Amino acid sequence: MRFNKVGVLVASAVLAFGACSSGGGGGATPPNDPLGVITIPAGESLHIAFWGVLNGADAALGQDALYGVQVAVDDRGGKLLDHTIRLTTEDGGCKNDGGATAAAKLAADPTIVGLVGSSCSDETVGGIKSLTDAGLTTISPSNTRPALTAATRGPEFAGYLRTAHSDTFQGKAVADFVFTVLKKTKAATIHDGSSYGQALQQVFVDAFKALGGTIVAQEAVSKGQTDMKPVLTKVAAAAPEVIYDPIFTAEGGALWAQHAQVPGLEKVIMIGSDGMFSPDFIKAAGAGAEGNYLSSPNFSAFQGTYKDFLVKYKAKAGKDPLSAFHAHAYDATNMLFAAIEKVAVKGSNGVLYIGKKALRDAIYATKDFKGVTGTLTCSPTGDCGAPLIALYQITARETGGKWPPEKPVWP
Amino acid sequence: MLPDPPSIPDLLEGERLMRNNLVERLTEAAITAFLFFFRVAVVLIVVIGSALTLLSGRYSAETWISLVVSGLTLGSIYALIALGYTMVYGILRMINFAHGEIFMSGAFAGYFVAVGLLSVGVLNAGPLATIISVVVMIAAAVAIATPTALLVERIAYRPLRNAPRLVPLIAAIGASFFLQYTVRGLFGPGIYAYPTVNILEDTLSIPGVRVRWVDVIVVVSALLMMTGLYLFVMRTKMGTAIRAVSEDKETAALMGIDVNRAIVTTFGLGAAMAGAAGVLYSLLFRQVFYFTGFVPGIKAFTAAVLGGIGNIPGAMLGGLFLGQVESVGPTLFLDGFGVPSPNQLKDVIAFTMLVLILVFRPSGLLGERITRQRA
Amino acid sequence: MNVAAPTTGAGSSTVRSPWRPAIRTGLLGALVSVYLCVVGIVPIFNQRPLVAGGMLGMSGPLISLGQTALLLTFLGAGFLAARRAPSGRRQAVAAGVIAGTISGVALSALVLIGNAIEIRNVLLNASPALYNLLTFNNGVAGFWLPIVFGAGIGGLAAGLSLLGPKLQRSLFVGLLSVVVLGLFAGLVRTPMLTSPLADLGRLLFAEEGLTVFGAVLFVALAVGLHQLQRTYRIDRRIALMPADRRRTVLAPAVIVLALMILVLPESLGSFFAQVIAIVALYVMMGLGLNITLGLAGLLDLGFVAFFAVGAYTVGLLTSTAELGIADWSFWAAVPVAVLVAMAFGAFFGLPILGIRGDYLAIATLGFGEIIRILAGSDLLKGLLGGPQGIINIPKPFDVPPGSFLAGPNQIYYIALIGAALIAFIAFRLRGSRLGRAWLAIREDEDVAEAIGINLVQTKLLAYMLGAAFAGLGGAVFAGLVGSIFASSIELFVSINVASLIIVGGMGSIPGVIVGAIFLIGLPELFREFSEYRFLFYGIALIAMMRFRPEGLLPSRITLRELQVAENEEPPGGAVGGVVAEAEAT
Repeated sequence: MRFNKVGVLVASAVLAFGACSSGGGGGATPPNDPLGVITIPAGESLHIAFWGVLNGADAALGQDALYGVQVAVDDRGGKLLDHTIRLTTEDGGCKNDGGATAAAKLAADPTIVGLVGSSCSDETVGGIKSLTDAGLTTISPSNTRPALTAATRGPEFAGYLRTAHSDTFQGKAVADFVFTVLKKTKAATIHDGSSYGQALQQVFVDAFKALGGTIVAQEAVSKGQTDMKPVLTKVAAAAPEVIYDPIFTAEGGALWAQHAQVPGLEKVIMIGSDGMFSPDFIKAAGAGAEGNYLSSPNFSAFQGTYKDFLVKYKAKAGKDPLSAFHAHAYDATNMLFAAIEKVAVKGSNGVLYIGKKALRDAIYATKDFKGVTGTLTCSPTGDCGAPLIALYQITARETGGKWPPEKPVWP
Repeated sequence: MLPDPPSIPDLLEGERLMRNNLVERLTEAAITAFLFFFRVAVVLIVVIGSALTLLSGRYSAETWISLVVSGLTLGSIYALIALGYTMVYGILRMINFAHGEIFMSGAFAGYFVAVGLLSVGVLNAGPLATIISVVVMIAAAVAIATPTALLVERIAYRPLRNAPRLVPLIAAIGASFFLQYTVRGLFGPGIYAYPTVNILEDTLSIPGVRVRWVDVIVVVSALLMMTGLYLFVMRTKMGTAIRAVSEDKETAALMGIDVNRAIVTTFGLGAAMAGAAGVLYSLLFRQVFYFTGFVPGIKAFTAAVLGGIGNIPGAMLGGLFLGQVESVGPTLFLDGFGVPSPNQLKDVIAFTMLVLILVFRPSGLLGERITRQRA
Repeated sequence: MNVAAPTTGAGSSTVRSPWRPAIRTGLLGALVSVYLCVVGIVPIFNQRPLVAGGMLGMSGPLISLGQTALLLTFLGAGFLAARRAPSGRRQAVAAGVIAGTISGVALSALVLIGNAIEIRNVLLNASPALYNLLTFNNGVAGFWLPIVFGAGIGGLAAGLSLLGPKLQRSLFVGLLSVVVLGLFAGLVRTPMLTSPLADLGRLLFAEEGLTVFGAVLFVALAVGLHQLQRTYRIDRRIALMPADRRRTVLAPAVIVLALMILVLPESLGSFFAQVIAIVALYVMMGLGLNITLGLAGLLDLGFVAFFAVGAYTVGLLTSTAELGIADWSFWAAVPVAVLVAMAFGAFFGLPILGIRGDYLAIATLGFGEIIRILAGSDLLKGLLGGPQGIINIPKPFDVPPGSFLAGPNQIYYIALIGAALIAFIAFRLRGSRLGRAWLAIREDEDVAEAIGINLVQTKLLAYMLGAAFAGLGGAVFAGLVGSIFASSIELFVSINVASLIIVGGMGSIPGVIVGAIFLIGLPELFREFSEYRFLFYGIALIAMMRFRPEGLLPSRITLRELQVAENEEPPGGAVGGVVAEAEAT
């Protein structure tokens, strides 16, 4: 009984303390929100987070997007609605368990308003439930797995949108290009055992077969593999006209650099995708890149602002873009900022209230948003990116060190 | 292969033991049967798979030659790296897990020199200039890799020479992380692509075979370095000292050999080989980043064990063997069965071969002494 | 990089120059400070405050982590140099100033070189921002400032080294508490914000780092508590108490600790629950490997294979996605997963029974790689999902979001119970006949065989039980993450498990737990520092092996062995002599 009394005393003291402090804000009417309201007192910063891969072999993908986010923050002078923007980063390691831990940490932080990320679809699969359950919303700049924004996606994806395009578009676009523009009917595919590469080549295979083409070989390499001649030699024996290898910079570069050395593949056209759309890849592929194609977001459909963005990126990173999704990250961040500006309620004394559900709805309601990657409109299942896929032919200009390519060959 | 059943009868527990003996004999029979089937299964897969692949006639002789050449270049690089593992193991009985990172540091050093040479227009100025450039790159790689390895030895390994066996292994793992993430901090996570050396990309005109000059250079320089190292270890005074120390540290010390110097020299030599291998590897595959050392490091370690760890010719043999298995294996063994993407499984084949060889020869292809003594 | 082993006393410095040790220490300090700059720690963490300046009206940090790193390097260099200086206060201060100056000169040189030639093409972090930071925003013109700064801090550190040992320790504890709390500030503050202590949290901790008030308070508290402890010697008193009294004093502490563990997810939030669940997973795997490696001495570097088998078995049996084959509940699937893992343990153990030592290490590493590749391969895609993995693995308890057992919390309890259960089994096994047989094999296989131990059975049991424990870890992992991909099955897991056993203390069950907290828990808590976590992970492994090779909580047997090794004359006088000499220089 005595214990109880003490408990009551402590509780009431604490309550009184809490009441006093919240009374201090005075006069403002915080909005009602079913998912809760984030209160940012005057002098505290507006907290956003980036989660993605910052470690391991795929670190360049996440680092590239992070630079995009940082440029967006700098563009605002580091401030939004008179509050300093604070950017927290969490590493998901491009894996589902890493994503789960990163998301759990961010979900537990009550000051976080919104997120940009993740980098790899696996991270999202692992972490999205924590974020959605915490009432948070994240916009991914580089997840391309179709299932993440499919109509059949589960309720745990309520807090998930992306500015990246779904692989369905990209795989199909490449198949169309090969069949109708290049007029080739025999293709081989090579993936790298990543969920991205494996899924994308499968989309291509299905689309290509539907068009009437034949797939003569489907092969795979491993992460970290550099000697590609055995696998290429084997593929060469099936006599493909086109090899589609939607993988990443390191292994992709090795594949392209070595394909011309394999008897029977001298004339074969290599096609890669956005995972390889980087200057590092072109350098790694060397002369082997010339005349071949990369599919990627259609940068020439990007707004004129992309050029200015690139200048800022370079100042931030000290080098050319590391990967293809920096602009998507920049847009995702700006979309988030725009939505925050829309729903934030200013109380007196500089307090800021942001309803989580209101913010989520505002992001989903994004319409005709002028980003650098195009004009963005979000679908009810979270697809915001303009699925504008282009194919770029790599020429002597790019292998000579100019990046990015100027104009797509298709469309 | 199997240990014999207990041979010393325990008089006090005689009866119990006899009852147990029956069970034990049965288990052992089952185990022997299992091992027999394991070996037979692997051999059958290899033989039938190869037969099916060859009979299908899908691959021409040219294909096979090309696969063998590719295995040879890769294998000689594995062999070069494996030398460092095997020598350090021979002398200290420790697995130098950070050796792959030493290799990577050499590759990075070579990269920056190559870029410098390209920017002053020397790299592609002609055959002689190219050869000199490559030599300079290798020299730079050795000049970076060796001090790095010696520093690691001084800081992380030397104080642990008398510690239990696993302690230096963990320290080596720590050193490996430290070096990897130092390089990531210094140069970032991006991939650095080696500049193209035009002459090396030209092919030799041998009919039916396509061999680039770079393949030739890699194999020849690897062979030269390995021969040089072998001669050094077998013919020079220092080499004798190294061999003596790896036989028996205490006795060697009593004979007046400077054990510490022998160990440091071993580390230095191994690192020099790894650094040079880093440049050769990058000339072949033309890219380097902070994770580059990981996979070749593991492979070279495997090669060293395959050949019989502690044995220099064994490391060379193991490296070449592993290169061939990885290159030819998937197509030869698995394609006949219609396995999808057999090349993905090249490491499965390599490691199965490793286990098989160890089952038949528990101390590797050329290894003689089982390392029974424990530190 | 904390490699400067302080040689005891000034006796080792020979007649050559009295300033030699100071110069050497200074050079080391220079190396460390330049390293910290170019590797990115100083420039990148310059925005992350250790102590925030908000209370003083500053917009940025009062002291940033980057500055702290440099400051500590200078302090360390000055302090060590002063300690190594020949006797006399003036010499000590001079030595400190010399060491600090040399460190500062290196940074000045970095600024000058960086401004003269473009080195950013090579060293990514050698940016103008770094130079500005080093010169206190004075540009190249202020290149001399690091020297002055270094000399000042070096002298200050030397001055500190002259204080009484008591005061020195107190100051050290105070400094340490600020650094540690400043690093962990976010982790402490976040759960406080959602509790009634929100205002206290805001008072002590800034959004990142400590507030000035918090820093002062924590220094005062740390120094005060340290003085109290020194005066009253509480730990010694408890140790000296009679057993029954000690129990009455310690029992409440244990109960409080147990209660804290029970209510932890509720009080500290789901992130801590998640981290502890992961630590518990590694404890399970660690206890498994502790049998194979710690007791039986069989170095298994492919332990992740059994983890994978457990996780995939649960995934297959419970997943509601297309790959699921049974729609079982988690609870029904776990025992099956453990059994399947055991079977794999036997299957892998059999061929390698005759392989010893490091050959075994690489053979098992091969098994781990084989499982990893097969799990993600196109060959088994129809069964295991290839790179797309198995998704929609249901949680053990189906509860609505927001309730107490939602999210990682339920796994927290399951993992804790699992780890406790396994620890109990492992504890019982160790003292058993089998446990002693394992120890005998570890010591010497041939002798063990000669005294009648059945090597085949005993080794196989070690593999199977180790695999069973790891399989349980994998099963819980599948439940925790809700999906399983081949990318989670990596060599790094095996290496981590092996490292945590050694770091904890081989063969010791509490050691496994401590090792897992240290090697798995800390890096998770330091997620904020992304890639630099692994840099420090590497340094920590080296430092641990160097200064505490027996592990954090070694078992008595290991300890005894090490003592025996130490008491023995180091084998070969020359070797020992050389090592000792190298140590001294």
